[in-house]
Amino acid sequence: MKQLFIRNSVLIRNSKVLKNGQLLMQEPEDLQLSKFLKNIYKERKLKYPKFFKMDRLSKLGYLGAEILTNGQIEDENTALFFANSASSLQTDEAYAESMEEFPSPSLFVYTLPNILLGEISIRHRLNSENIFFVFQDFDAGLFVDYVSTLFSQGKTENALCGWVNLHNNDYDVFLWEIALSGGIDFNEEELKKLYLPTHE
Amino acid sequence: MSGTYLLNDAIISPLGFGTGANLQAIRNSESALKFHNNSRFFKEGYYAGLIEEDLIDSGFQRLGDAFLYTKLEKMIILAVDRVIKGSDAFDPQTTGLVISTTKGNIDLLARNKFTPDRLYLWKMAQVIADFFNLEKRPVVVSNACISGALAIRTASYLIAAGRYKNVIVAAGDLASEFVLSGFNSFQAISDEPCRPFSKDRKGVSLGEAAAAVFLDSENIGEGGDKIQYLDAVTANDANHISGPSRTGEGLFQSISRLMKANNVEAGNMDFLSAHGTATNYNDEMEAIAFNRGGLSQVPVNSFKGYYGHTLGSSALIETILTKHSLLDNELFASHNFTESGVSRDLNIIRSHTRKELNMALKTASGFGGCNLAMLLKKERRS
Repeated sequence: MKQLFIRNSVLIRNSKVLKNGQLLMQEPEDLQLSKFLKNIYKERKLKYPKFFKMDRLSKLGYLGAEILTNGQIEDENTALFFANSASSLQTDEAYAESMEEFPSPSLFVYTLPNILLGEISIRHRLNSENIFFVFQDFDAGLFVDYVSTLFSQGKTENALCGWVNLHNNDYDVFLWEIALSGGIDFNEEELKKLYLPTHE
Repeated sequence: MSGTYLLNDAIISPLGFGTGANLQAIRNSESALKFHNNSRFFKEGYYAGLIEEDLIDSGFQRLGDAFLYTKLEKMIILAVDRVIKGSDAFDPQTTGLVISTTKGNIDLLARNKFTPDRLYLWKMAQVIADFFNLEKRPVVVSNACISGALAIRTASYLIAAGRYKNVIVAAGDLASEFVLSGFNSFQAISDEPCRPFSKDRKGVSLGEAAAAVFLDSENIGEGGDKIQYLDAVTANDANHISGPSRTGEGLFQSISRLMKANNVEAGNMDFLSAHGTATNYNDEMEAIAFNRGGLSQVPVNSFKGYYGHTLGSSALIETILTKHSLLDNELFASHNFTESGVSRDLNIIRSHTRKELNMALKTASGFGGCNLAMLLKKERRS
């Protein structure tokens, strides 16, 4: 197996945005998610009208990726590897509600978690590797095993990974970049430390 | 690159329980797509491939208490049970479970007599793992309609990483009111059984099914030829979240990268198992991508005319059927095909044909702009 490294990482949690452990934004804890998302968009001075069409899961993924990469992914072969626990359940419930009246095609399209990979691919023009997994909770070991094999089989030289979970407006976002050089060693222990910093 | 063998397999579908029954139905040109008139979303009725829950329950009786499991869980358990029964290498302590599904128990959103957490895909997977006393936590792949094939690649990677010695890959999805109404809201559902790649195609038909296959890095079991999974590549269209690329970019890139990485050419392909959902845009996109990949002459079919689109199951079922095509030197007709309705030449299989087969390409595409291409190869053993 090739030695891989974690470059940048982003956490969006408890109305806070952190990049590489540094606090970028802090909003009141009781702020509504929709408001928080809009505030991040404004604060980062983003101009991407598609943002307003996305469901909240995709918004979280899109914003995380913008902050992580400063809006620029250099390697167009950067693989996208994402996971969460609740799949697209929040939007599933909204679509199911629309079924009572008139089934909404614009909601139905977001009833798959990998739509967020499509959104990031469109935004950054990536014709690259995609996968979306669902685990009960953040599984660092599986990320390490799958991504390491993707690299060792020569499928990619960069990866953008993420845990983007959302249900009942409870959200948990952790994104990080993996490359062949620089940064922190990519292993289960380091990944867990970044996901759950002890000083939090 | 070390391959992985596709060993025991099972398909649970309206065409039958077990791969053998499904192959026999296909040989008889039967289709799971029947007329139904039980949905408030289709005033004029609709065609779909549905399995009666009573039929599942009578199959499930000998395994456990049908009241404790959802319809989809029972379907997947029936498939996994068949796969385990013939697999000597199965070991509940070391065998992994990778499950492909797009919507899992989504029918419970409307009426749930189980606990609310059963709606989580990981919970459904855990229920299945617990049924077979598996010690390893299951892994769920939920990547739209390429999930079934992507689950095979995931299993192969996790074997390569040393996480598991062997893996059961299983898949399942329902043709629930949720997905029926959703596809209908896109006006994507055909008012007759779907006709992939045909001039008179009118859209998709949905189906429900489960499937499972046992993957091992070693060629174990009885003698005879074996089918190896060689490799798979995914590529995103980066074009639209619900519509396929007009140029077939992602599908073309997944095919060309796969061939390059494995040092094979279009001319080495004896069979191409397409996605072929029978929507206007999808089939046209595939025809363009196949043409760009030099695959116009390769015998190709879509299995959707037999099953409908079974979502997270489709690419796994079609991989299993491709495996048996290779083993039995048998090309299956693209069911319901009339005359070509795509702008590029394709060598659509019009009737069941016997032919020496060695290597096959399986492709799939899905919402979110995802595409996948996979290589299967026959390994001969005298």
